[in-house]
Amino acid sequence: MRSGVIAQKVGMTRIYNDAGEHVPVTVLRMENCQVVAQRTEEKNGYTAVQLGVGLAKVKNTPKALRGHFATASVEPKAKVAEFRVSADNLLDVGSEITVEHFVAGQKVDVTGTSTGKGFQGVIKRHNFGGGRATHGNSLSHRVHGSTGQRQDPGKVFKGKKMAGHMGQTRVTTQNVEVVSTDLDRGLILIRGAVPGSKGAWILVRDAVKATLPENAPKPAAIRAAQNDSAQPGEGA
Amino acid sequence: MDIIRELEAEQAAKIEAKRTLPEFQPGDTVRVNVRVTEGSRTRIQAYEGVVIARSGAGFQESFTVRKISYGEGVERVFPVYSPLVEGVEVVRRGKVRRAKLYYLRDRRGKSARITENTGVRARKLNDAERAALDAERARIEAEKVAAAQKLAAETPKEAAE
Repeated sequence: MRSGVIAQKVGMTRIYNDAGEHVPVTVLRMENCQVVAQRTEEKNGYTAVQLGVGLAKVKNTPKALRGHFATASVEPKAKVAEFRVSADNLLDVGSEITVEHFVAGQKVDVTGTSTGKGFQGVIKRHNFGGGRATHGNSLSHRVHGSTGQRQDPGKVFKGKKMAGHMGQTRVTTQNVEVVSTDLDRGLILIRGAVPGSKGAWILVRDAVKATLPENAPKPAAIRAAQNDSAQPGEGA
Repeated sequence: MDIIRELEAEQAAKIEAKRTLPEFQPGDTVRVNVRVTEGSRTRIQAYEGVVIARSGAGFQESFTVRKISYGEGVERVFPVYSPLVEGVEVVRRGKVRRAKLYYLRDRRGKSARITENTGVRARKLNDAERAALDAERARIEAEKVAAAQKLAAETPKEAAE
């Protein structure tokens, strides 16, 4: 099980592939995605990597987090998330993952916080059919109707679909295709929609229900130049 | 420039390097050369009709072409930057007072005609298009000549060897 990455949703556009077909894509951008900490079997009881992405101002970072980033000797990150990995895919602290982690045509699962819709009725929220438009209908065009039975059971069952707050929940979309990646600009192009608003943080993982392509880098695609420049610095 | 616009500009530039569409607007009769793939071979198919709408902007722009095929109205929407659109020729410039000519859908025969635009602007556009076509033809001809000369220059060398 490889690590995933954290990316920021930029927006949607279209791409024409080699056959001339139109492909709708969501553009995700990955900036300074570095390993901030490791979780190991001996110490934590499970193996995972904690990744940080983006750039946060030092003055806006709490002191506790500043210390956390300092022990990993990385710049303060805007967003931090953990990814479960198998022990052989554990990554060194400080190594930077690049977009080439994913190969074109690969299936991934994307997780984001869906766009908030506010307080919504049952038609929009649960796809209810609604009432009739005419034939004597009185003030019951978009209501949910009955919510239960009679004196027995005498209560509304838990989980009854009703109006309420919609959206702004964690949503995972499985098996979406990676159309292409752009190493220079740090872009991942994903076919179709991705949950979340523009600028939202998106977690991208290898699809759990599809096999990983052979040419996908293991344990991860690490930026080589970053390591080279870091080593002389440590020596000096 | 934000990333989305950058990506779109790159793709638009790639398409425009291959071909540019002439200026045309709703009411014009155009011939769209569409690339069609049948099995393994591709060919160019012409689709001629009246432009009844242009919608969207920038890279997302598209135009709708309507024609009557065997007595049945047919409409096709072409994205301006689709690689399947090899080119557009303006057959006739029409004079209309609407941006969207959806009223043509309810009309047949005589009432569905559009009068030709003989204004100065239309003439200028036609001249510009003709000039562009001539330039394109000259360019292709020059390329052919250059290729032939290159071939001619290469063959004696090989013969000498």
